[in-house]
Amino acid sequence: MTSAHQPGHHSEVHLRVNGKPVTLDVDHRRVLLDLLREDLDLTGSKKGCDHGQCGACTVLVDGRRLNSCLLLAVTLDGSEVTTVEGLGGDGEEPHPLQRAFLDRDAFQCGYCTPGQLCSAVGMLAEAAAGHPSHVTDPAAPSGSPVALDRAEIRERLSGNLCRCGAYPRIVEAVEDVIE
Amino acid sequence: MTATALGAPAERREGRQKVSGGARYAAEYTLPGRAHAWPVPATVAHGRVTGVDTAAALALPGVLAVLTPGDAPRLATPEDATLAVLQSPDVPHRGWPVALAVAETPEAARAAARAVRVDYAGAPHDVTLTEGHPDAYAPEEVSSGAAHVEHGDPEAAFAAAEVRVDAVYRVPPLHNHPMEPHASTAHWDGDRLTVYTSSQGGTTVRSVLAQLFELDEDRITVEAEHVGGGFGSKGTPRPDVVLAALAARHTGRPVTLAYPRRDLPAVVGHRAPTVQRLRLGADRDGRLTAVLHEVTTHTSHVKEFVEQAAVVSRVMYATPALRSAHHVVPLDVPSPSWMRAPGEAPGMYALESAVDELAHALGTDPVDLRVRNEPGSEPGTGRPFSSRHLVECLREGARRFGWAGRDPRPRSRREGPLLIGTGVAAATYPVQVAPSTATAQALPDGTFTIRLNAADIGTGARTVLAQVAADALGVPLDRVRTEVGRSELPPAPLAGGSSGTASWGWAVHEACAELAARLAAHTGPPPAEGVEVRADTTGKADAESPYARHAFGAHFAETAVDTVTGEVRVRRLLGIFAAGRILNARTGRSQFTGGMTMGLGMALTEHSSLDPAFGDFTESDLAAYHVPAHADVPDIEADWIEEDDPHLNPMGSKGIGEIGIVGTAAAIGNAVHHATGVRFRELPLTPDRILPALSAEE
Amino acid sequence: MNGFAYLRPTGVQEAVDAYAAHPGAAYLAGGTNLVDLMKLGVARPTALIDVGRLPLDTIEERPDGSVRVGATVRNSDLAADPRVRDRWPALSQALLAGASGQLRNAATTGGNLLQRTRCPYFQDLGKPCNKRAPGSGCGAREGVHRDHAVLGHSEQCVATHPSDMAVALAALDAQVELYGPEGARKLPVTDFHRLPGEHPERDTWMRPGELITGVLLPATTAGVPSAYRKARDRASYAFALASVAVVLRVADGVVDQVAVAFGGLAHRPWRARHTELALLGAPAGPAAFEGAVALELAHAEPLRDNAFKVPLARNLALDVLGRLAPAPAGV
Repeated sequence: MTSAHQPGHHSEVHLRVNGKPVTLDVDHRRVLLDLLREDLDLTGSKKGCDHGQCGACTVLVDGRRLNSCLLLAVTLDGSEVTTVEGLGGDGEEPHPLQRAFLDRDAFQCGYCTPGQLCSAVGMLAEAAAGHPSHVTDPAAPSGSPVALDRAEIRERLSGNLCRCGAYPRIVEAVEDVIE
Repeated sequence: MTATALGAPAERREGRQKVSGGARYAAEYTLPGRAHAWPVPATVAHGRVTGVDTAAALALPGVLAVLTPGDAPRLATPEDATLAVLQSPDVPHRGWPVALAVAETPEAARAAARAVRVDYAGAPHDVTLTEGHPDAYAPEEVSSGAAHVEHGDPEAAFAAAEVRVDAVYRVPPLHNHPMEPHASTAHWDGDRLTVYTSSQGGTTVRSVLAQLFELDEDRITVEAEHVGGGFGSKGTPRPDVVLAALAARHTGRPVTLAYPRRDLPAVVGHRAPTVQRLRLGADRDGRLTAVLHEVTTHTSHVKEFVEQAAVVSRVMYATPALRSAHHVVPLDVPSPSWMRAPGEAPGMYALESAVDELAHALGTDPVDLRVRNEPGSEPGTGRPFSSRHLVECLREGARRFGWAGRDPRPRSRREGPLLIGTGVAAATYPVQVAPSTATAQALPDGTFTIRLNAADIGTGARTVLAQVAADALGVPLDRVRTEVGRSELPPAPLAGGSSGTASWGWAVHEACAELAARLAAHTGPPPAEGVEVRADTTGKADAESPYARHAFGAHFAETAVDTVTGEVRVRRLLGIFAAGRILNARTGRSQFTGGMTMGLGMALTEHSSLDPAFGDFTESDLAAYHVPAHADVPDIEADWIEEDDPHLNPMGSKGIGEIGIVGTAAAIGNAVHHATGVRFRELPLTPDRILPALSAEE
Repeated sequence: MNGFAYLRPTGVQEAVDAYAAHPGAAYLAGGTNLVDLMKLGVARPTALIDVGRLPLDTIEERPDGSVRVGATVRNSDLAADPRVRDRWPALSQALLAGASGQLRNAATTGGNLLQRTRCPYFQDLGKPCNKRAPGSGCGAREGVHRDHAVLGHSEQCVATHPSDMAVALAALDAQVELYGPEGARKLPVTDFHRLPGEHPERDTWMRPGELITGVLLPATTAGVPSAYRKARDRASYAFALASVAVVLRVADGVVDQVAVAFGGLAHRPWRARHTELALLGAPAGPAAFEGAVALELAHAEPLRDNAFKVPLARNLALDVLGRLAPAPAGV
C-alpha cells in the first residue's frame, strides 16, 4: 500500500473532539471536516460543497462556529472541537435544540441539519455576547446582548443552506430554545 | 387511536438519527480499505479525447489508479446514454467525465485528478437556445404523453378573440442542487457488487447496474438508507454510481465517489431552459376562447429529454380552442433531466403569468377570472376530473390572505422606497402511481414489520408508510416498524413524480389488509416466525383510469420591490392545496413549504447561464448559483382543504412533493407586476432586470 | 492540491524570514479564501506559513484617537467591537454585510483585504484568465460578466474585488500596515489594491514577502457619520452586485467632510474622488448629491451585460448620502 503522505507534508496534531483527546498524524492538506469524517468516523458533519458555500460542515471550534471544510487540521493543534455528535454532551438526552428540531419538523433530508444545529448553537452565543448582525439596528447599544427576532435569526443562520426548504421550521425551533 | 394514524402529525422515525449525526449517507460507509475517486471533467464542449497522460498523476503519493476511456472496464451499452462513462473517447459536452483518479485519500484523489493531462480534438459547439433555432424539431412524445395536443382552430380563435394576450416567457436553466452531492460507495466481493448510493430509487439502480455489468440482479445489493435530497436529480442512476463501481472493480478496493459540487451541474441533469409563447384569447366577459402554449426547450446530443412545460394548458382552463406544443433543440449541452415538477413548474410560471396579464387587460380580478374559466372536464382529453377543488383553494386562500381588500391598480402601494404588491397563481400536478410490492409481517410479540425498497429522501416515507400500515391493520402506530432503502427488500418504484407514497402505500395497504384478514381468521398468537403477506399492485396501480386525476392549489404572494436597488423580497407566501387525503400533517406541510421555497428561488434568486464560448454552466457552485438562504424566506404558510377522492388509491392520497413549486414563481411575478406596474417575463427577478425597468418607468 | 510544508512562526520577523526561506510559500490566516483556492488548484503554495496565531489579534486605541486593528482580528470580532461600531459604523456594517457568520468567525482583517476575485473564469483552471494565467486571455470580457467591473477595467481583466470590508476601509481613509524584508511601511487602503491594467495577476501593491500586520482607522474619520449599503441577488450570503460606503459630515447645511467608495464595480474599492470634490463645500441636498455622483459614474464603461450596475451604484450612493445628511432645518 502506498502512503498518501510525503515527508515534510504531514504533522502530528492534538485535538479534543467532543471532549475526548485525539492525536493524529495528518496530511497537511487534510481539513477538519475530512479529519472528522475519515479519521474519526464522525460523519455527522456533512460535506455539501467543500468550499464554505453551504454551511453543512459547521462545527464549533473553541466555542465558535466555523466551516470545517476550510480549516486545515494542522492549524488547529490544541483546539477543542464540538460536532453534532457532541452537542448533547455525554447524556442520552439530546441537546434542547435537537429536541426542538424534532418537535418542529425542522428538517427533511437531514443533510444540512448537523450544520444548522451547530451554527444555531454558535449563533446564540454570539448574540448573547453582543455581536450585531446585518439586520441589527445600527443605533442599538454596542456590547449588549442582541434580542433575536425572526429577522435576526434568519440573517444569522443564512450561512446554512437548506434545499428542502425547512427554514421556517428551523426558525421556530431556534425560537423554542430562546424562550 | 388507531383511526387517527392516517393524517396524524407523526414525528419522523429517523429524526433522532438525523439530529444526532448518526444517519449515514452514501459517502459515509467507511469500509475497510476504502479508496476515494475524483472525476476529471472534459474541458471542451464537443470533440474527442485523443490522449490521456496519467504518468504525473500516478507518480503522486497515495494514487492507486487513473481510469481512462481507453482502459476502464467495459460496460454493456446502457439504455440511458448518460451512464456510458469512460467507454468512448467522444465528448458530448463540457464536464463529461473523461478520466477518474482513485487514491487512498480524498486529497490524493483530487491532486491526481488535477495532474491528469487530457488532449482533445475539439469540434465546433453550440449551446445557445433560441426560439427560432434551425435545429428545433417537434418531438413525438413528452414524458406524460403526446408532445402536441390541439383541438378547435386555435389560430383562428385567437385572431378573432375580443381580448388577447400574446407574450413570451423565459425560464433559465436551473439546478436541483440537493444538499448531499451525488455520491456512491461501491464494493466488489468476487462477482458480488454492493453499492451505497444516494438515490431516489434503489430498485432501478440495481437493475441498471445488473444490465451494465452483466450480472444477475441477485448479485447486486443497493443500499440508500438516508438520501440527502434529490428533487429529481437522483431519480435515475447517475454517473457517480457507475464510476464508483468501475473504480472498485478496477482497483479491487471499496471506492467512494462523492461528486464534487461544482462538477455536478454537468452530470446529474438540470431543468432545461424554456422559451414559452402564450397566446390567450377571451371574450369581454373573460371567458377563454383560445389557449396556445408553445414551448421551445433544449436537450443534449446524448439523449432526448423534453421539459414538458406546455402540458399544464391541457389541464387548467376551459377553452374551445387549444394548442399545447413543444419544440426541442439538441445542443452541445449537459443532459437535462427531472427537476422538481419538470414541465409543470416552468409551464405554470408562463401560463399563470399570462392569465394575470389577461385579468389585467380585462380589468377583472385574477381570482375571479380563474373561477370563470373552471372546466367541467379536462380540457386536453375531455375526461372527467376524479376531483378538482381549485376554486375552493383560490377562495380559501383569498380569504386567509386578505385578498378582498386589495387595490388592483399596479403601483398603488408604497412604503418609502418600497413598492408593495400582491399576486395569485394556481398550481397543479398530476396524480401518478406505479406498481409496487411490499410485505407485511405479524410477529408473536404483537408488532408488525413492513418491508419494501422505498426511498426516504426527506419526504418522511418511513413514517407515513407506518401510518398507512397501522391504519390498515387497525393497530397503534408504535406497533409498526418499517424497513426501506435496501434492495433485498421487496421491489418498489422510485420516489419521484410525487408518486412514491401513493405507489408504496398502496402495496403496504394491500399487504396489511390481507394480513389483518388472515390474523382475524387465525386464533392465538402468530407462530414464532411470524405471519407474512406479500402484496403486488401490478395491474391495479397501473390500470388506466377513466378520470383525469390531478392535485390543485393556489398561491398568494406579497412582495416588496426596492426602488433603490431593484431587489425583490417576498414578505408573505401562502399556499392552499387540494391533494386528496394528507397522510401526515407534519411531514406533508414540510413538503408543501419546501416546494414553495424552491419556487421562491426560481422566482427571485436561481439562475444558471450557459457560457456560449466554453459551453458549460457558469454558476456551477453554491456561491454563484443562489439557492434561497434563510434570510430570503419569510413565514411561508401552507395548508390544505379536505378532499375525498375515491378514484385514487386505498388511502385517497395525491402526491404532494412537487405541487408546492408549481405556480409559486408566477404568484411572485404577478405580485411584482402589481407592485411595480412592469411586467417581467424572464426569471429570475434580480436587480439587473428590475432596476433598469423601474428607472424607465419613473 | 499537492502536498506542502507547514510552518507556524511565533513572531512577525520569524514569519517574514520563513517566507524568504521557502520559495513558493504563502501566508495563511483564516484560510477562508486561500484553502478554497488551493482546493480548486488556483493557488498552489509549496509551503504555508501560518500567521493566524501571531500576536496580531487585538484592537488598540491610540492617544491620537485612531485605532489599530491587528491583522488577525477576526471579521466578526471587528464588526462587534463597540469602538468600531460607534465611531466607524460603516466598517462594522460592511463586515456584517459580507459572507456568513461562520466565515466571519474565521476570516481575518488582513486576509479579507487579500481576498481574490470570485470571477468564475479565474476559478476554473479549464478556462483562460489573465489573472490566474497571465497571457491566457480573459474569458469574462465577452463571456458571462453580469457581475463584473464597470470602472477601471482593462483589456486584460474585468474582475471585481469581492471584499465589503475593504470598501468601507477605503472610504474611512484607513491605512494598511505592512512588514516585509525591507521593513515596515504603510499604504492607504485606497492605494493598496491595483487596477488590472497590463498586470491583472497582481491584485495589490504589496511587495514580495510582505505581510499585513494591521489596519489603522484614523482619527480623521472617527465619529464622523458613515454607513455602508450593499445590493445583492439574495438577501444574505452573497457577494455585492454593487455597494457603497459613505462618510459624510455636514456643518450648517454645507458638506464639510465626505468620502464615497463603491464596491462591486472595479478591481479595487473605488473611491469616488470626482463626487467628493464636487460635494466638498456644497450645500448638502439631493441636487448636489445627484450631480456629484453622476460626475463619477460618467466614467463608467459597462460591458455588454452589466450596465445595470451604473444606476444601481448611483441609487445606492444617493440613498446613503441622503440618509447621512441631516434633514434640512424646518423639516
